[in-house]
Amino acid sequence: MASLRPRGSDDLGLRRALSDRLLPLLVAAMVFLAALAMAGAIAAAGLAAHWRGGAASLLTVQVPQPEGRAEAVALVLAHTPGLTTRRLDAAEVADLLRPWLGQDAARLSLNLPAVFEVRTDPVTGPPAAQFDAALERAAPGTLVERNGAWFARLVALAGSLQACAALAVVLVACVGAAVVAVAARAGLAARRDAIEIVHGLGATHGMIASRFAGRVTLLAFLGALLGVAMAVPVLLGLASLTAPFQAQTLAAPAQDDPGSLFAALPPLLWELLPALPVSAALIGWVTTQITVRTWLARLP
Amino acid sequence: MVRLDGVGLRYNNGPLVLEDLNFALAPGAFRWLLGPSGAGKTSLLRLLTLSVRPTTGRLSLLGVPIEQARRRDLPPLRRQIGMVFQDFRLLPHLSAFDNVALPLRLAGRPEGQLRVDVGEMLRWVGLMRRAEARPAELSGGEQQRVAIARAVIGRPALLLADEPTGNLDDAQAIRLMQLLAELNRLGTTVVVATHNDSLVARHPGRALRLHEGRLTEEAAVSVTGLATPGRRATDRIA
Repeated sequence: MASLRPRGSDDLGLRRALSDRLLPLLVAAMVFLAALAMAGAIAAAGLAAHWRGGAASLLTVQVPQPEGRAEAVALVLAHTPGLTTRRLDAAEVADLLRPWLGQDAARLSLNLPAVFEVRTDPVTGPPAAQFDAALERAAPGTLVERNGAWFARLVALAGSLQACAALAVVLVACVGAAVVAVAARAGLAARRDAIEIVHGLGATHGMIASRFAGRVTLLAFLGALLGVAMAVPVLLGLASLTAPFQAQTLAAPAQDDPGSLFAALPPLLWELLPALPVSAALIGWVTTQITVRTWLARLP
Repeated sequence: MVRLDGVGLRYNNGPLVLEDLNFALAPGAFRWLLGPSGAGKTSLLRLLTLSVRPTTGRLSLLGVPIEQARRRDLPPLRRQIGMVFQDFRLLPHLSAFDNVALPLRLAGRPEGQLRVDVGEMLRWVGLMRRAEARPAELSGGEQQRVAIARAVIGRPALLLADEPTGNLDDAQAIRLMQLLAELNRLGTTVVVATHNDSLVARHPGRALRLHEGRLTEEAAVSVTGLATPGRRATDRIA
């Protein structure tokens, strides 16, 4: 395709018509939001997988007045197939009760229950009624708290959050396309005379559209790079805040260790972040081509 | 080359500004386009530059029937048509050099070859020293010379001009008419719209005369500038 001027020159005066300030900043804001939404979607997916995989099969068994009774319950648990059992020590029980009893629960001389954390195998684990009856026989008044129903709700919530985050990414892309279309139309309005002149001299619609699309694509790409650059520190900050809750899957970032910083975010997010500038550039190119060609179709 | 059969033109839903135009121009023909203001001269030139399409009738340009032409057929056609606008229509952000080079760049001419041709053309119109000036830095006459250079640099098959001498002094106007005559002699079809009776008188030739959107006559114009219907005259400019 013929160019109107040597490479790098500004045939239609688009450097002024499509400013390098407003459009990149708007695209940067869109990409920033998209990066946060993507990170939210990935985090929700990770939490849902975590809950679905392990936490849903967790039971809490509490034995009030544990003297002599806790051992009986431990014996039942040890001899029931399909269970993995761990008894919480006194410090862990105190930790659990700290929100209600404060730091010095031990000084209150309360007779705290024994607490067992029990993981059931979904296939070989005992039926609930039979299990509860066996515990009741061993130590009457033993409480079994099943987390499955709560975790099923949490998984559903995480799925909803994931869907909302994905919808937010799609909406951001649509708003970004609309912003590009408005900018392209403003550029067309500002350069209407120049376009009509080169059109009259024999420029094809493809030639004119490619000049606009080239400029918008560059601005969108640079804006998206800025948006990613703004999003990464925020995501790392959020990752450091949520690290204690995700200790099993992610490492908490250390300020002086770049490798640790890298590991603080999910690998999938690191793979998707570079795709944002490319996606923004693609949306810019396609939207501008459509906008300019639609506008040019009115010319004879 | 150029043929109009019953051509009419209206803008949007307005009245017809051109009505039932019938004439033909052979390759290498010259025509003055005459008529009072509002007669439709500029609209006819817009038709011939494919800035608008006829509302009625059939228009054929450079052998291409416009009503049957596909959109992608029109840009190559436009590159064979040179136009000097009354208001110059230069690109304000480009230098005189780049304005003149525009048709060649659109045609895909190599940059090295193009620079020689544009330099030669700017030298011919006396603007070599103003090659890097932008239109806002040029006088009206200089802008008109840039517009003329841009119109002719691609050696168009059809050259149209709307009051091309309006901002030129006598010497420049004479040089322009010499250029138009030379291009016409080389085979370019030339149509020049003007109110300048003395210019027409100095260069007798055939004329299209418009009145209220209608072609009143296609006649030879004598050295007195008066139309003489029916008189056979040369198809080229004198």
